[in-house]
Amino acid sequence: MITEISIMRTLLSILGITLVVGVNAIFVVWFERKVAGHMQYRLGPTEVGPAGLLQTVADGLKLVSKQIIFPQSADKPIFILAPIICLVPVFIALLPVPFSATWQAHELDMGLLLVIALGLLNTLGILLAGWGCDNKYALLGASRAVAQILAYKIPLLLCILPIILLAGTFSLREIVLVQEQSTWFALYQPVGFLIYLIAITLETNRSPFDFAEAESELVAGFHTEYSGMMFSLFFLAEYTYMLVASAIASILFLGGWLGPFFPGPVWMLIKIYFFLFLMMWFRWTFPRVRVDQMLSFGWKILLPISLLNFLITAGVMAAL
Amino acid sequence: MMTSYAQDIITGLSSLLTGMKVTIKTMFTKGHTVQWPRQTAQLPLNFRGHIRLVANDSTGFAKCIACGSCVRACPSNCIEVKGEKPEGAKKKSPTLFRLDFTKCSLCGLCVESCPVAAITFSRDYALAGLTSEPFAAMNLLDEVASPFAGEEQ
Ligand code: SF4
Ligand code: SF4
Repeated sequence: MITEISIMRTLLSILGITLVVGVNAIFVVWFERKVAGHMQYRLGPTEVGPAGLLQTVADGLKLVSKQIIFPQSADKPIFILAPIICLVPVFIALLPVPFSATWQAHELDMGLLLVIALGLLNTLGILLAGWGCDNKYALLGASRAVAQILAYKIPLLLCILPIILLAGTFSLREIVLVQEQSTWFALYQPVGFLIYLIAITLETNRSPFDFAEAESELVAGFHTEYSGMMFSLFFLAEYTYMLVASAIASILFLGGWLGPFFPGPVWMLIKIYFFLFLMMWFRWTFPRVRVDQMLSFGWKILLPISLLNFLITAGVMAAL
Repeated sequence: MMTSYAQDIITGLSSLLTGMKVTIKTMFTKGHTVQWPRQTAQLPLNFRGHIRLVANDSTGFAKCIACGSCVRACPSNCIEVKGEKPEGAKKKSPTLFRLDFTKCSLCGLCVESCPVAAITFSRDYALAGLTSEPFAAMNLLDEVASPFAGEEQ
């Protein structure tokens, strides 16, 4: 039933999510460059704004004002659609994410499933981008992304399954509430937690698994031909995707908004940015592995261990 | 086979952790960046800028006696020297000392060949320009006093 309150709520959610996505991108890009700089004895951005905080805004303005170049042989509708398909799902994926017991855009009893399903669309966007611009490097990058999704999605799901068994629900909010009764699921599922961390690094296409872009081999991979605003949409999607993956990680394994002293959203943000920092730490420490190494790692190590982890959890739960 | 599988995972994980320890330690050290132009880096002692004329401590005139030794020594033909005897002096003094810095390879043969140690390398590193002309004919006499002051050159 559509009431004034539900319309207000929808509008406020849209506003809130847009704000979260925008502010997060500005902050995280700056943060990543700072982390990268300091990890390499550099300083990172220092010029624009205090401690270079507005650097991302300046870069964004530069990107927006640049010309968008369409390759002559590009499949134009697909070319335009690809960044949109990458970006829109992450907006929707933020809908069921609770930032506290009450701060949630929309409670869904299948929230986790929705987020996982939308995560697949990211790869579709990358595939379309690689296909649509008629560039061999872009196509190679896109095909790698598709090979990659097969290698990590199954282990990812297999380490989410025990959580669902433990919590008995698909709702992100209730998963946290169950952890309020017991304790953080990371303590029950240390192996699952580790595999999840690896899998989200794969899922967000970040180093050491950034084959789809692999600038030293593929120019810029799937977004080789993109420029200006359309390129920044991919960028925005990547960083928002990191936010969603980190939020889900903190909800599933670290008890979401639970924590002493501070109000819920503060804890939620602390945990999210902890995961984001972890991903940056990975990126600026590990060199990119080869595609075949990643595939054999996914199929021969991640998959059996996560399957075993799931079976043991299920067995123990059945025995108790 | 099973043990080597587990062994691989454990050594792999520990090597990853070692790497992460290095980067996190680095993150909390001070950066090495020198923020030019607000800060300048220390030049190494044997830094070679373009050559310059050394002045005589007491007179302030160039030590150069316009012998032409450096002109002959330079493998790239970058130096051009002309000299005359100033009124009442025993030795010549340069009236023209021009360097084509666009061709100079900073080899130092001119510095070594000078019998009176009249040239050294400057420590001037912030050279930039919009055209090459100023560097193709650098007048090195500018920096030393001239015994021909007042006369037409
Ligand atoms: S440094 Fe070498 S190249 Fe340069 S002027 Fe002297 S002799 Fe010529
Ligand atoms: S070798 Fe020395 S003294 Fe002779 S012309 Fe060159 S700078 Fe002057």
